[in-house]
Amino acid sequence: METSFIKALSEIVGEQHTLSDPESLACYGYDSTPELQSRPGAVVLPGSSEEISKVLALCNGAGVRVTPRGSGTNLSGGSISFDAGVVLQTSRMNRIVEIDEENLTATVETGVITSTLHREVEAKGLFYPPDPGSMNISTMGGNVAENSGGLRGLKYGVTDDYVMGLKTILADGEVLKTGGKVVKDVAGYNLNQLLVSSEGTLGVFSEVIVKLIPKPQAKKTMLVHFPQLEQAALTVSHIIAARIIPATLEFLDRTTIKCVEDYAHVGLPLDVDAVLLIEVDGHPAQVEEDAAGIRAICERHHCSFFQTAAGPEEALKLATARRVALSALARVRPTTILEDATVPRSCIAPMVKLIQDTAKKYDLLIGTFGHAGDGNLHPTCLTDERNPDEIRRAHQAFGEIFEATIAMGGTITGEHGVGVAKKKYLPKLVGESGLRVMRGIKGAFDPRGTLNPGKIF
Amino acid sequence: MDFVKLINCMRCGMCLPHCPTYKETFLETASPRGRVALVRKFQEGELVESEKFLEYVSLCLDCQACASACPCGVNAGELVAEFRCERKQEQGLSTMEDLILRKLVPHPDRLEAATAPLRLYQRTGLQKVVRSLGLLKVFPAALGRMEGLLPKLPEAPLRQTISEVTPAVGEQKGTVGFFLGCVMSLIFSEASLATVELLSTLGYKVITPKDQKCCGAPNMLGHDIDGLKDAARFNTDLFQSQQLDFVVTDCGGCGAELKKYGHHLDGEAAATAFSTKVRDISEILATEAGTLKEKLKPLPLKVTYHDPCHIAHCQGIRSQPRALINLIPGIDFRELPEADACCGSAGTYNIEKPEMSDRVLSRKVQNVQKTGADYLVTSNPGCLLQLKKALSEANPPVKVIHLTELLQMSLNA
Repeated sequence: METSFIKALSEIVGEQHTLSDPESLACYGYDSTPELQSRPGAVVLPGSSEEISKVLALCNGAGVRVTPRGSGTNLSGGSISFDAGVVLQTSRMNRIVEIDEENLTATVETGVITSTLHREVEAKGLFYPPDPGSMNISTMGGNVAENSGGLRGLKYGVTDDYVMGLKTILADGEVLKTGGKVVKDVAGYNLNQLLVSSEGTLGVFSEVIVKLIPKPQAKKTMLVHFPQLEQAALTVSHIIAARIIPATLEFLDRTTIKCVEDYAHVGLPLDVDAVLLIEVDGHPAQVEEDAAGIRAICERHHCSFFQTAAGPEEALKLATARRVALSALARVRPTTILEDATVPRSCIAPMVKLIQDTAKKYDLLIGTFGHAGDGNLHPTCLTDERNPDEIRRAHQAFGEIFEATIAMGGTITGEHGVGVAKKKYLPKLVGESGLRVMRGIKGAFDPRGTLNPGKIF
Repeated sequence: MDFVKLINCMRCGMCLPHCPTYKETFLETASPRGRVALVRKFQEGELVESEKFLEYVSLCLDCQACASACPCGVNAGELVAEFRCERKQEQGLSTMEDLILRKLVPHPDRLEAATAPLRLYQRTGLQKVVRSLGLLKVFPAALGRMEGLLPKLPEAPLRQTISEVTPAVGEQKGTVGFFLGCVMSLIFSEASLATVELLSTLGYKVITPKDQKCCGAPNMLGHDIDGLKDAARFNTDLFQSQQLDFVVTDCGGCGAELKKYGHHLDGEAAATAFSTKVRDISEILATEAGTLKEKLKPLPLKVTYHDPCHIAHCQGIRSQPRALINLIPGIDFRELPEADACCGSAGTYNIEKPEMSDRVLSRKVQNVQKTGADYLVTSNPGCLLQLKKALSEANPPVKVIHLTELLQMSLNA
């Protein structure tokens, strides 16, 4: 990138917040996506909406592309600049502007870390439910851009269920304010919801207003083993059919169970097909009733083990298996490809079966865990980037898995985003009309194609 | 360097919120994930060892909080240190490094002699004169910082005054070797005396070999792996020649290094056997909680605990010190926010990188103040030095003591 352009950037955000040395560029050439890397031309860390506006106006005018980035935990290559453009990191904008206890909203700058917001609102007896796996480092801006989910999605929904208002900087530097603190708002197109999960292609968020809810009073955690996968899947469906909506309904398959046991020695049996971690929350009486109902359903489906945590400490212990699942898998081989194929809840059993068969067919090690309650599974391929043949087989396997997902009425990505990693599967899912509408929207927001080019479609 | 260790990093970013330098800068180059990427790209020939490269790599405190947080078991702190050791082996030690790491540190008598003038400097009142005249300003900045950190030194180093054998009080339960640690012996001898008193009170015969040498941690810090191996061999032979149930230390840094002797000496049997015997004092005391509790008397103090990196991240010891503090009747224990975040001392980091060290320290001080505690308890001499100075200047000031000093206070209350 030309020195004069870098100088112009540094005049906006300050010299110490403008990076262009080869070492920094190398470190901003990746996010959490396996295999993908590409060095940007420069990195800026603006400290305010005004600075973002000026950076975007400058880049848009000069035909330089901009890729927004929070903490760089994206899993679809969305925060990598593939055309040596400018990476714009929002981390310095990390103020919680306001927690409004009368309207039950929080207004935050988009560099705020998700779990920081959790802590602050929970101290006031309030609750912000979205809890993506990366919540200890992911930024609120990134969560909005990717529409992040998490373990509590089944009962509480995902990020877009909580976004009430956005301050977005458009490609030309103009500011767009959408939504606000009102619960009802039908004035014009619902641009708020359109901007959520736009993956940095429509604008850069500088501020977000999110909805808060009262913190549940009580919680109960249960761990259940199932010798048969089909029975575990039926249990999931029947719990929901019994009008019980657990806050968490997590699943581990046989491969994952083995890896967890090898790594953490938590006492899981190696001869079961599935482990479910179930958590119900709410009013104490309701929690008791739900837990009893769940127990009856699990027993009816021949679970081989059922334990309810006596207190918070035991709950933590029961949750260990699920909590360490990714760690346990990731340690087995050097490279970990974590996907997020999502199917309707009723298709969990055939989907898990299909993943296992596909792994066998391509001679791969794939562990599956995830959010059984909302059908969002994480088939995780344990491989080695130095083995090109195995990597090729892994991609073939995932190709088949995604095809099957679409055939079952599911989606290619439940919470990681399309980015570049899933781009080739999108046309099949949304069709020509879907792509045409999306391209039209992109053109309306960003006619010069400045923002995060090459992502989604 | 084993390349697999580098590619094991899946760049998930889970280390970022635990890295003190990332929290201060938000820069990828100042994060564990970034440092692993830098070292990897150097190995792959994509980056060279430029001035910036060295600056980024050396900003690591080696606190290893990243290792505790990593889902895939990557220890970025250790990888960076290993990388720097390898580079040092290729480049050789400088004259100054050779003087300090080879000719001074491994020889306790020389080390003690070198600190004697400091004792004199404090005792003759010269320190007061220097400080009041502002003479420190004419010293090099690093020397000025070192002077400022120095608390009042004991009359003599503990190694010189302690008896080689301290008998058990009452029935003898076992025999432990006591590893002194240079800074504990030279500066915090009172804490180590408390350690010995607790051990003997609980029925342990304590053997403190006078010939023991520095554990080698300074060599590791100076990236002098050969010097470290010499220290490991010497201390292994010395302690393994005795019949000991455990080797106990009250210095987090020493404990972390001693437990790795087996690894440093490539799995040599004697060194591995020695390492498996090493215990931090809190580990031993925690197993004696029942007996200890009966002997402890009430202390109505508000206390918080700072996890030294070398205790929490390097040795995985977190619950034992807290459990021990809570044994004391009447104690008001308050958990410290971000308790296991580095205090910025990090060996000689506070002298070498004063600006970043101060930023990390100031966050720690603010967190301590949030607890409202009168006492901060910790168990590593580096943290003690760094926090004693900072918290004596805080408003209101907070007293900083070693874990064994607090327990001794309760024992003798």
